[in-house]
Amino acid sequence: MNDRIAEIYADGWSRIVATMIRFTGGDWSLAEESTQDAFAQALRTWPEVGVPDQPLAWLTTTARRRAIDVIRRAGVEQSRLREVAMEPAPPPYSGDSEIPDDRLELIFACCHPALNQESQVALTLRSVAGLSTAEIARAFLVPEKTMGQRLFRAKQRIKQAGIPLRMPAAHLLPDRVSAVLHVLYLLFNEGYSGDPRLCREAVRIARVLAELMPDEPEVLGLLALMLLQDARRDSRTDSSGALVPLDEQDRSRWDRQQIEAGAALCERALRRGRAGPFQLQAAIAACHASAAGLDDTDWPEIVGLYTHLRQVAPGPIVDLNRAVAVSMASGPEAALPLVAEISGLDGYHLFHATRADLLRRAGRGPEAADSYRKALELAPTEAERHFLTGRLHDLTDAD
Amino acid sequence: MKYLMLVCVDPEYTPGADNGSPETDDWAATMDAKGIRLIGDRTRPGSAATTVRVRNREVLVTDGPYTETKDLIAGFDVLECEDLDQAIEVAAKHPMAWAGVIELRPVWPWGED
Repeated sequence: MNDRIAEIYADGWSRIVATMIRFTGGDWSLAEESTQDAFAQALRTWPEVGVPDQPLAWLTTTARRRAIDVIRRAGVEQSRLREVAMEPAPPPYSGDSEIPDDRLELIFACCHPALNQESQVALTLRSVAGLSTAEIARAFLVPEKTMGQRLFRAKQRIKQAGIPLRMPAAHLLPDRVSAVLHVLYLLFNEGYSGDPRLCREAVRIARVLAELMPDEPEVLGLLALMLLQDARRDSRTDSSGALVPLDEQDRSRWDRQQIEAGAALCERALRRGRAGPFQLQAAIAACHASAAGLDDTDWPEIVGLYTHLRQVAPGPIVDLNRAVAVSMASGPEAALPLVAEISGLDGYHLFHATRADLLRRAGRGPEAADSYRKALELAPTEAERHFLTGRLHDLTDAD
Repeated sequence: MKYLMLVCVDPEYTPGADNGSPETDDWAATMDAKGIRLIGDRTRPGSAATTVRVRNREVLVTDGPYTETKDLIAGFDVLECEDLDQAIEVAAKHPMAWAGVIELRPVWPWGED
């Protein structure tokens, strides 16, 4: 029974919250509280009387009653809420199909550019994914109280600034879609090195988005990219938590099924002929993931994809990755001049680590050692410092 | 929702190549016709401003603007919009969004919390 309720929660939470936001005239806190209460009541009563035929209708009707109770008890002054309280109780929903599907509008509101990034991320997890404040706080390693305040302020701001629950105008859609994708990728990356639940939620929301916006190839591209990266999650670190580089990863531990699903999605997106940054990154990830080893990897193809990527999303990191691909396709000597042209990455440990690696492969040991030392100074995590120290020792021992 | 639109000068701004900005008159005429702009005008510079305070029941009048707003506010409009998205769209069409900064302040009606 609890599994069934959890399933209904996963699918239904955001739909009911969105419906309740409308019902309360934009009171996000009340919408969430009453939705929460409705699920709590379901947990109490359904095990005895069984799951209703139309669970969403039951939950939404219950949430609406809760909201009206709260408003009447509080005797709220706000005009719209007063209206809600004075109106006769609306008739109960009789079917799940009557519950509007405003999930997309909800996602856009949570990722609205008038909210700061912290708020966007927290709200998306709370209102769209249905995580509790405590769960979100744990995932971001902040006290629950801090996260509670962050969410409260974000909801307050939505209401007071007038952020709407509606689809952005067509000419704004590309920017707004990329804002949403950015938030989801941020969530995913946060989870990639931390709480895996964040990865799952990012993937889950991206699936909803792909279902609701089937014509947006970048949505498919992001979903593909996340699936492809997530499929390699387990082999990225060893039992002690140290980072394992791509060439030493145990490829038998990669999730083949998920890689195929990601690669297929990526192809489907690229066929639309509007290749964006996420699609291209997914295509690169697919090249890596479908190869049996480094020697078997189609490096010229990867170089081509990076060349395309730097046209649509230029930046020094893309140039750095492209240089690595060039080194694999044509040797380290071809890549070193490309690295020399990159500016703006002097404070980035992976820039020096990459350069060190190229120099080492080119047989320029002392220069390589210098670069490894620079990388070591800048490396942010113990796992990375451990890895770089190892490389440096190999090099100096060999001399 | 009502928004107070503060039209401000951006001291950091130097005119560049991004011309093609709309004309203020056209903007005002369009927004008036749509019933979005309720009232609005230019304001004279800070040198014409007067600051008023009452302290210990005494009216203190100072020549010049309140320091924080010095020379920044160039005008104002009051907008009646559906929501923030519409207000942003309206503000983005104002020429001073191209050459200065526009701040949108939601009006807080009495009685609302």
